[in-house]
Amino acid sequence: MSTHTGTAVAAERRTERKPATMAYALNRALRDALADDPSVHLLGEDIGTLGGVFRITDGLAKEFGDSRCTDTPLAEAGILGTAVGMAMYGLRPVVEMQFDAFAYPAFEQLISHVSRMRNRTRGVLPLPITIRVPYGGGIGGVEHHSDSSEAYYLHTPGLHVVTPATVADAYGLLRAAIASDDPVVFLEPKRLYWSKDDWSADEPAVVPGPGRAMVRRAGRSATLITYGPSLPVCLEAAEAAGEEGWDLEVLDLRTLVPFDDETVAASVRRTGRAVVVHESAGFGGAGAEIAARVTERCFHWLEAPVLRVTGFDIPYPPPMLERHHLPSVDRILDAVGRLQWEGGA
Amino acid sequence: MTVLDQPVWHPRTEPAPLLPDAEPYRLLGTPAARALDPGLLTGLYGQLVRGRRYNRQATALTKQGRLAVYPSSAGQEACQIGAALALRPQDWLFPSYRDTLAVIARGVDPVEALTLLRGDWHSGYDSRECHVAPLSTPLATQLPHAVGLAHAARLKGDDVVALAMVGDGGTSEGDFHEALNFAAVWRAPVVFFVQNNGFAISVPLAKQTAAPSFAHKAVGYGMPGRLVDGNDAAAVHAVLTEAVGRARGGGGPTLVEAVTYRIEAHTNADDATRYRDDTEVETWREHDPIALLERELRVRGLLDETLISAAEDEAERMAADLRDRMNEEAALDPMELFTHVYAEQTPQLREQAAMLRAELDAERDAGAGT
Repeated sequence: MSTHTGTAVAAERRTERKPATMAYALNRALRDALADDPSVHLLGEDIGTLGGVFRITDGLAKEFGDSRCTDTPLAEAGILGTAVGMAMYGLRPVVEMQFDAFAYPAFEQLISHVSRMRNRTRGVLPLPITIRVPYGGGIGGVEHHSDSSEAYYLHTPGLHVVTPATVADAYGLLRAAIASDDPVVFLEPKRLYWSKDDWSADEPAVVPGPGRAMVRRAGRSATLITYGPSLPVCLEAAEAAGEEGWDLEVLDLRTLVPFDDETVAASVRRTGRAVVVHESAGFGGAGAEIAARVTERCFHWLEAPVLRVTGFDIPYPPPMLERHHLPSVDRILDAVGRLQWEGGA
Repeated sequence: MTVLDQPVWHPRTEPAPLLPDAEPYRLLGTPAARALDPGLLTGLYGQLVRGRRYNRQATALTKQGRLAVYPSSAGQEACQIGAALALRPQDWLFPSYRDTLAVIARGVDPVEALTLLRGDWHSGYDSRECHVAPLSTPLATQLPHAVGLAHAARLKGDDVVALAMVGDGGTSEGDFHEALNFAAVWRAPVVFFVQNNGFAISVPLAKQTAAPSFAHKAVGYGMPGRLVDGNDAAAVHAVLTEAVGRARGGGGPTLVEAVTYRIEAHTNADDATRYRDDTEVETWREHDPIALLERELRVRGLLDETLISAAEDEAERMAADLRDRMNEEAALDPMELFTHVYAEQTPQLREQAAMLRAELDAERDAGAGT
């Protein structure tokens, strides 16, 4: 993927940074992409007049017209399948899957065509499609509204898998995804839609491009490796860990594919200990891949096995029970406590 | 007056004009055929003869191990050629894996059309140059692509029609339904062409659908359905040309069902004697697309030695060329496995490519040492 980051400007020129939500930053990214590039077309269910069930496309159909921001029939395979044809003709479709679990009907298009059309055709038909998927739990949703589906996507060669955790990244990474000549699965942590950061829509902050992890909190004792919806709980755990005498580093992966081995390994080599945190099921999940990669690259620096704090290997729980499933500060601190501290931090 | 006093329901489309032909439309052997352009008939004839030869040659190549597999369209040549000849250069064809004849009739190199089945890559021709999408192995998934491409062309103001081909089995897939629905709602310039050849590998029509015909399915989507004799090349060509014209004129999509028969087994790896009777096959041989056309040409006084030998010579030339070039070893570069995965190789793929490079170098060195 290119390292395009939208309308990046130098930090000192930034003015009027005010609290803004991730939802607003995403909306702004779509609006700027539509304005900058006439080949960008939005497709999805309820994204027109309503502005999307999460209002991420609010106002865009009115500003750019129905043909640029299109309410489609209710059929995800049809949405993604027609997006393939549109991309074959030189457009740059951005599709919205209404919820994580509603994206599953589009799997065959995604896996059999979207991910491999460039490969099948020896580069003749690249597919610059962005697939936006609100994902993850913690919003009190009834069943099929809280899945963490990233493992399905990251196991499919040919796709980029990107997931922002901050307002600035929501804007910068979405602009980069839309500008990419490859298909990008853009996972939006819906629990963070209404989270706020100081951010200026007129001069969005410079963020590194996709494919780069970022240290969100520097520390010396151990590294928490996380992404998307689990970043806030990791930062909270790191603060609490100070009371136990642990100085935790928190890494936000930002992009699962391509994976930033370099930044991750550098951090773990510094700290000697690592815990991977995500809310999707642990077995066969992203954490398994990350733990393996860290072990392969950092074995001689590790003081303890790489541990994982993940959701249980169960179907996503009903809303009244979900707090038992999601990684919590206590569960993260318990894992940190098991990192063989006999020799001291 | 309350809202309930209002007529709350009305049909969105008048169904009657959408209903398909009462029986498969035929031209050859009818008085209407007498008015057909002789050049069209002789052109179709040459292509049918060439197409049949191609099917025979490709099947022979599977026996020699030169092709991994070949799904023959023997008996369906009229569908294939009729479809390809109904399109203009700027139009797009979206074929399934059995539609190689339509692909080569669009001008694609016969060898490149077999790349998938030879196995040296997935798609062997330049889709942008010839306006033919890759042969689709997953069923009906190419149909929404055709709708999207046609929709995009219309958004850009381009005069382009997409023709999407699918079999009777493929109509049971969800993508068939979704594609037709999107196309009708968007009034996309698309033609859906169902070749009903009687079987989905071994499963007969009766187990695939209870609809009066596949063409009837069009009505439910709000588009016209047409039913045509798929072994009548002139009729297929006429019906598809009309549907393409309708799409071009802004009239939206059409669903065309061609009734035909798969004379050969599903592929060379299939044994058709396990699920059907030879007598059924013989009945369909009597309704052979080339024989039907020859009869018409004879009535019109167009079938002379010159026409026959020209068609056969051209078919033999194509077959000999195909044989020669398919017998050459395919040029394979294992490093290309990493070339087209992403626009730019990921660090992980660079590592894996280096590993394969080292293995290849070691193999080469070992070979040089012996």
